[in-house]
Amino acid sequence: MNSIVNTENEYYPPVILEQIAQMEKLERESMNPLAGPVSRRSFMKVSAGAGGGLMLAFGFGLSEKAEAQAAAGAAPAAPARPAGPPGPPFNPSAYVRITPDGKITLISKNPEIGQGIKTAFGIILAEELDAKWSDVSIEQAPINAAVYGTQFAGGSLSIPSAYTTLRQAGAGARAMLVAAAAQAWGVPESEITTSESVVKHAGSNRSATYGELANAAAALPVPAVAALKLKDRKDFKLMGKRTSGFDNPGLVTGKGMFGVDVQLPNMKVAVFEKCPAVYGKVVSANLDEIRKLPGVVDAFVLEGTGSIAEVIPGVAIVANNTWAAFSAKKKLKVVWDETNASKDSWTALSAQAEVARKSGAGVQELKKVGDVDAAFTGAKKTVEAYYTFGFVGHQPLEPQNTTAWYQKDPEGDKLELWAPVQIPDGARTLAAKVVGVAPTRSVLHQTRVGGGFGRRLSHEYACEAAAISKQAGGVPVKLMWTREDDLTHDIYRAGGFHAFKAGLDEKGRLTAWTGHVISFMDSAAAAPAPAAAAGAAPQAPRPVRAVAGGGWPSPNEFPAEYTPNYRLTQTLMPIKTPCGPWRAPTSNTTGWLVQSFMHELSVAAKRDHAEFLIEVFGQKQAPPPAAAGAGGGFGGGGLNADRAKAVILAAVERSGYGKPLPKGHFHGLAFHFSHQGHFAEVAEVSVDKKKKVTLHKMTVVGDIGPIVNLSGAENQVQGCVVDALSTLALEVTIENGRIKEQNFDTYRIARMPVAPQVDVHFLDTNYPPTGVGEPAFPPAGPAICNAIYAATKERIRTMPITRQGFSIA
Amino acid sequence: MAKIKLNVNGADHEVEVADDQPLLWVLRDELKLVGTKFGCGLAQCGACTVHVNGTATRSCQFPAVGAVGQKITTIEGLAQNGALTAVQKAWIDHDVPQCGYCQAGQIMSATALLRQKPNPTDADIDTFMAGNICRCGTYIRIRTAIKSAAKALNGSAS
Repeated sequence: MNSIVNTENEYYPPVILEQIAQMEKLERESMNPLAGPVSRRSFMKVSAGAGGGLMLAFGFGLSEKAEAQAAAGAAPAAPARPAGPPGPPFNPSAYVRITPDGKITLISKNPEIGQGIKTAFGIILAEELDAKWSDVSIEQAPINAAVYGTQFAGGSLSIPSAYTTLRQAGAGARAMLVAAAAQAWGVPESEITTSESVVKHAGSNRSATYGELANAAAALPVPAVAALKLKDRKDFKLMGKRTSGFDNPGLVTGKGMFGVDVQLPNMKVAVFEKCPAVYGKVVSANLDEIRKLPGVVDAFVLEGTGSIAEVIPGVAIVANNTWAAFSAKKKLKVVWDETNASKDSWTALSAQAEVARKSGAGVQELKKVGDVDAAFTGAKKTVEAYYTFGFVGHQPLEPQNTTAWYQKDPEGDKLELWAPVQIPDGARTLAAKVVGVAPTRSVLHQTRVGGGFGRRLSHEYACEAAAISKQAGGVPVKLMWTREDDLTHDIYRAGGFHAFKAGLDEKGRLTAWTGHVISFMDSAAAAPAPAAAAGAAPQAPRPVRAVAGGGWPSPNEFPAEYTPNYRLTQTLMPIKTPCGPWRAPTSNTTGWLVQSFMHELSVAAKRDHAEFLIEVFGQKQAPPPAAAGAGGGFGGGGLNADRAKAVILAAVERSGYGKPLPKGHFHGLAFHFSHQGHFAEVAEVSVDKKKKVTLHKMTVVGDIGPIVNLSGAENQVQGCVVDALSTLALEVTIENGRIKEQNFDTYRIARMPVAPQVDVHFLDTNYPPTGVGEPAFPPAGPAICNAIYAATKERIRTMPITRQGFSIA
Repeated sequence: MAKIKLNVNGADHEVEVADDQPLLWVLRDELKLVGTKFGCGLAQCGACTVHVNGTATRSCQFPAVGAVGQKITTIEGLAQNGALTAVQKAWIDHDVPQCGYCQAGQIMSATALLRQKPNPTDADIDTFMAGNICRCGTYIRIRTAIKSAAKALNGSAS
């Protein structure tokens, strides 16, 4: 159970699961000096290029061959960048680069999607390096799995997966600078100190800058990882403080950093029209008419691969500029064959769920503890409730886009991509497969990503761009989705249904709990899993499972291990509407369900919610926490009752929960654990006569271990609260396989006037650090709904809350 | 198609545009000023906000031909000789951005707001900034940064 994540508990794409397994293996080896193969995880010095100086790469469990290639400055899996188009220069893999002029460049390996990872990774490296922050610049890494492992943004995993590696990389570079100074001055290394990019020897009153030592350091052997001493937390200078994002100066002056900003010589702009009901096929289109429109270069049908993850059928238009492409798209008339297209509708799905709930047909048992039926019979009181929640879109503000350049080549056709994606290597290999390019001949350049939220774990727009570039004859094309494309062809957060029943004894204690999950089946479940790369061995059919981001996180999800009698069942219904991970996947709805119902129980028991919740956490002590060492390993396991209780008590204390509030204001409390983050939140809400809900303040207490960038972490929590509030009142309406909402006029994301005050507080603990892009989200919604109950005595059992007549003020 | 002259960030540019081409796509595709962003195409999200004669304008719905003879300012034209404006500085000081995609539009709106109301109330900020969506939910910081910029501007003026 000593895992960096509870993979059973949270959804991760397969590529990320592989990475997690690899990280855990490395962690076991490096934490255990007797394990042996530590040497495989070693520093590599790589050529610093013409500028000289020190450049350190850090092996990531590489084969010797890959290490040798990486050390030679070559990317093992990627071809050299074709000459011509501008773009990020191709750098040899490295985390730290110090040049004799004193410039310190740190490399951030994972996509920046707004979670602040570029700055956070820079801080971790600079902390152990003892670099002066103003000397530091941070670069986005090239995509190179051999050097960096899987580079991805998802699951709040960037911090837990890279924390130790980056600290060691920073400390390793520092050790080499110290060694260089010790040699030059003839003094013991132990007498040397470092601070603010300067090496000092107090005894002889000598000092040198990192830049001055860079060339000498580069000539020294790299230290063994096991010999490195990482800082004590008390000595941190950057970690835990507030640092403004490294890219902020560029963002506030309009520097082009995003996928949509990519410009290539001779680049065309493409649009792609798909059937409004997914899986519809093109019968015919007015292509001749479209081709004659001003600025249009070409128009053609893409048959697609049949996979929603790759390319489904549609019509591509290639034009000289974006407006010509958008204008032509408006004039496009396509006749669709909808024989096999989605006919999904929310009304029908709801009716089906109602049947499943009542009949119990096709139900699977996921977990059984004790005897719930006997417990219900013996209960003083039983409570039943049926909850429903609709589908929502991700809608990052940067619409989906990719610039792709397919090139014929006698040595093997090539594909070059510039894309805002959450799993760059996944996008690179998948797009290559779609256009028949060998993975070794495909390159992807990471751009800054204008919002992720899980949407860009899917890469179909990259596949589409590659296919369009190929079919257009090898011209570089920037595929631009319109907002309407983005909203009607999202990979939605699945809606769902849940029937609860619980029993309380004469003292109002929770004695029994049943949950019936009614969700949707992964439609690809019966088919072989798509191969990760061309030539990969065919995989066996996967067992029937819920769509990604639907279903239930795990049979052991809270309160399974905290209730003496417990049963969890599941019914999965077929669906064609594409569903996928959405910020805190599955947890974002599970938290709302469980924590809302938990409040129902405390009300039924006539007990204080906080006290009731803490009692439940006391009903079964979780396994003792993993050693909370300063090493910052990945260990930590899952939900920890002590950590849960601590954040709940602190949130109660800070918010004044239970104490008098301004007239008409009411409190609601919720807790949720996900992504290794324990969060308790207290909402202060008022509701007017027209059922308009105002969230005045949210008090958030989290335990995510040591904080890397306090400003970034607070920003993520504030964003989670606003997002959760916004999403309570949102849905995409599915009718006849189509999404009704087309743009932000009908899909009404929260705006400035509803933004609440958010009081963020992190408990100072030594548990391994985790990311915070997700875990503050799940408790926010139920805290608000529990406050709405306190204000109105009306229980919110539907999302969006507009279905019960409420709105967000 | 029409050949027009546009004054953007103090410089004149001759461009050929479609009659209905929004200013946004002239800025981004023709002038390569990509700081102004496309978010919705319907003047719903504010990512494309620029100033036309100092007025905050959604460039995705504003025809380029209508901008002839007017002074257009984009996010790239706010800082003069590399000196950031009070609003830009406040955005950095308060570490406002998350993904950052909407922030150019937010800054252009906030700049226009402070010209109209040097001491905006919370209600002023709510009203004026309601046209700009931040999907990451950085509204709390945007509000703080606007107030902080107002303070800086008023301090330097007195």
